[in-house]
Amino acid sequence: MVQQKTKKGAVTAFAAAAVFLGFIILLENLSLLLPSVPNVLLPTSQLFSVLKKAAVYSLAAVSMNLLNGFTGLFSLGQAGFMLLGAYTYAILSVPVADREAVYYLYGGSAVNFSFQDMFGALFGSEGAGGALSMTLGVLVALILAGCVAAVFAYLIGLPVLRLKSDYLAIATLGFAEIIKAVFQWQALGPVTNGANMIKSFPTFSSFNVTGEGGKVVLRLSTFFPFLISMICITMICLLINSTYGRAFKAIREDETAAEAMGINLAKHKMLSFCTSAFFAGISGALFAMFVTNAQARVFTTTMTYEILLIVVIGGIGSISGSIIATFLYVACSEWWLRFLDNEVVLSSGMKLPFLRSGFRMVVFSVVVMIVVLFFRKGIMGDRELPDLFKKRAGKEAAGK
Amino acid sequence: MSNILKVENATMQFGGVVAVDNLNLEVNEGEIVALIGPNGAGKTTAFNVVTGVYQPTNGCVWFQEKKIIENHPQGRMNQQYKGQHAGEYTQILAPTPDTITTLGMARTFQNIRLWKSQSVFENVLIAKHCRAHSNFLSAAFRMNRKEEAQQREHVAQLLETVGLSDVKDELATSLPYGKQRRLEIARALATEPKLLLLDEPAAGMNPQETNELTAFISEIRSKLGLTVFLIEHHMDLVMDISDRIYVLDFGKLIAEGTPAEIQNNQRVIDAYLGVAEDA
Amino acid sequence: MEFAISVLISGISVGGQYALIAIGYTMVYGILRLINFAHGDVFMVAGLLGIYLSASLPLYLSLPLVLVFTVALGFCIERAAYKPLRSAPRMSVMISAIGVSYLIQNTATYITGGQPMTYPVIPFLSDTVKIAGTSTKWVTILTPFLVLILVVALTQLINHTKIGMAMRAVAKDFEASQLMGIRINSVISVTFVIGSALAAVGSMLYFTNFQAITPTAGALPGLRAFVAAVVGGIGSIPGAVVGAFIIGICENVIKSTEFTVFSDAGTFALLILILVVKPTGLFGEKVTDKV
Repeated sequence: MVQQKTKKGAVTAFAAAAVFLGFIILLENLSLLLPSVPNVLLPTSQLFSVLKKAAVYSLAAVSMNLLNGFTGLFSLGQAGFMLLGAYTYAILSVPVADREAVYYLYGGSAVNFSFQDMFGALFGSEGAGGALSMTLGVLVALILAGCVAAVFAYLIGLPVLRLKSDYLAIATLGFAEIIKAVFQWQALGPVTNGANMIKSFPTFSSFNVTGEGGKVVLRLSTFFPFLISMICITMICLLINSTYGRAFKAIREDETAAEAMGINLAKHKMLSFCTSAFFAGISGALFAMFVTNAQARVFTTTMTYEILLIVVIGGIGSISGSIIATFLYVACSEWWLRFLDNEVVLSSGMKLPFLRSGFRMVVFSVVVMIVVLFFRKGIMGDRELPDLFKKRAGKEAAGK
Repeated sequence: MSNILKVENATMQFGGVVAVDNLNLEVNEGEIVALIGPNGAGKTTAFNVVTGVYQPTNGCVWFQEKKIIENHPQGRMNQQYKGQHAGEYTQILAPTPDTITTLGMARTFQNIRLWKSQSVFENVLIAKHCRAHSNFLSAAFRMNRKEEAQQREHVAQLLETVGLSDVKDELATSLPYGKQRRLEIARALATEPKLLLLDEPAAGMNPQETNELTAFISEIRSKLGLTVFLIEHHMDLVMDISDRIYVLDFGKLIAEGTPAEIQNNQRVIDAYLGVAEDA
Repeated sequence: MEFAISVLISGISVGGQYALIAIGYTMVYGILRLINFAHGDVFMVAGLLGIYLSASLPLYLSLPLVLVFTVALGFCIERAAYKPLRSAPRMSVMISAIGVSYLIQNTATYITGGQPMTYPVIPFLSDTVKIAGTSTKWVTILTPFLVLILVVALTQLINHTKIGMAMRAVAKDFEASQLMGIRINSVISVTFVIGSALAAVGSMLYFTNFQAITPTAGALPGLRAFVAAVVGGIGSIPGAVVGAFIIGICENVIKSTEFTVFSDAGTFALLILILVVKPTGLFGEKVTDKV
């Protein structure tokens, strides 16, 4: 009976996900289907940029939550792992034909293949075959991006996972800085392109299906990050609810008791650290696709802090909280609060006070501080969305 | 009757303090053995040595006829403390507590250490983790359905046995004190131990709860075929259920024997009541 | 040779400036067990205050005012962002510190418009001087001495005054000292006041050397100073100073080679090495956890 119940739940969740993804496709193609749509639905609208960025960030936030919220390891290495993912993806995905141009400072790249070209040799590089080989190339590169981040996490984890809370935080922060420096090093230029950016790899808009004369017939550029993030987050959810996920929570709550009950601390901390890095790597690769380039400079400590604050706002230890918080955070900072950055001159000639470039972020960080200080549990605490429904259903049943 | 646990010359020294001094004891299969002694006698330290929380300064521990922990004084320790039989031990065996638990030895804690935000059921289920055979990926992708269902079944049975199945969905910390203690025992039992170590299971309990616990310990012993090694201050409980008793004072073993022998042992009485200066 | 000397001199000088920041980190950590991520930003704000105040006031007024305002800022941060979380888990306080750092940086971006600002020229300190064949600014020469004087004064304060004794007691055992009637909150406030004041002095010296101030200018010196505090053994003031000199010299030596990119990476590598090999740092006391 229990099995039937879980199966039913899985089917419901699957159907919901499919409907949601269908809705995303519909949303971004409305402008193609209908003769006239509101501005907000045009492909150039902030809406789609926000949706894409939030899809990428939600994966980053959830992977950080896996480590900080569910295993109780306070790590600040997120940006470093995202950088590794972004670069791995970029290096492996720039088409051979473009390498000369991208790496012009170093007279070409040291890595002279790309998955897209390899699959292109199999399926052809034009039309449907080209699309297939591009998609396969991107997917393989994404997985490898995660793997590289996970391998580095393993190497980093060996020395630092023995450290306690804040020392772990500062050590992982340090590693992120070291990785950033290494990728900017001139000597590695033929691989990493030094301090310059790597570009010309497939991005989200590469997934738009074009018809005759380069005209877009089906937009999938928002659908793609949603699909990847959803798959990854589903995997993280499955992990958290598995026997290993429960062991992680035990470590978070009482290490000594967990160890006494036969949970190998070193092994499980490492598993959590590497898994988190794996998904951070994928989100880094998606980030590179979003901004259409990979550049070590952008993966700063501030980025890690930003993701950490998202996790805190959503609720440490809540996956759905992290996702909701990401969408709110990105929408507020990129879109809804944009007006705060523009000077407004009233008809009387008076300027509204405070409103000018930069004010948005000030308001925003004040809001963040209020959440951190007064709503310490964040939006969701450590509950998940389904819990809320369950509770309500339970209450109604009790009421009847 | 073979011994399940043997502690040989175990010494635990913290700086200048010798918390456990050359302790030798044996626990036979199927027995209930108690370790008693005044406060600060080193009882919990002895438990921590046996379960791998501390690495002993000297000595070794055998479990089921197999040497599991071994150490001998090194360097400065050797100068400060001339461990008995130091020369006999040549290698260092220092497994982490989780390894020892998987060998079949489980413990409870003096100050209850449950996983606070987890339900009663989950607390026990998590302890089952060390008996799961599925690897990381197969667990994450739900290819271990059968094992998972089996484990849940076991946990439900176990909760039935200890009488907690009516509160299984409640938060562990919302239980009354006595039930929390019981849950800690259930959690330890979930790791499928052969030897159960209980660190003051009746601490803070009223006489009625203590009586219930006494019955409960004897019951699980006979039902599950366990060996029990416990630290306790409630003498009623100790004298009631123990087959043999060891008495520690200032880290040293001062007596061992059956409850009747211990009750009449002058050194034990002195240790508990204190000896007058002129005596 | 001359090159080596100039590298060494600037290393010692930067080290001294880091030392002034590192003391703030190490004292706060010693008492609250908190990495005060906002401390580097307080240092940056002190720099900005220097610019804005000296634009309208003469130096002899503006510099003391910088001190006063920075101290007030440090005090307010503690009261507003850390005090309400006194009983919360350590992670929450650390997150609050990160939030404060984020807030200060964003506010600074808003006020300055994100443009790098130039620190005013402080007469005498900015004058060039020739020493051992290399020319440098007076500030470079003076920093180590000023640091030594301040550190000696601080140690005197901690070892020989009542508030110093209270600070040592709180650092040793937070709860016990509370029970003994020490007013924890005032001790913590004094700690933040001292830390901020030293950071303000540090900012005057540091920005006289590296004139451009951006809103993120405090983050990296802050992190380096924290690393210095860890290397020296967190909680120990002499440790922080020694650690800061080591970090400063290392950084300048690396910068003088072709591995300039790695100057920060080197700092962090040193941090990780110390944490793994000797987590208590050079002068730190061993703290044992009771199981």
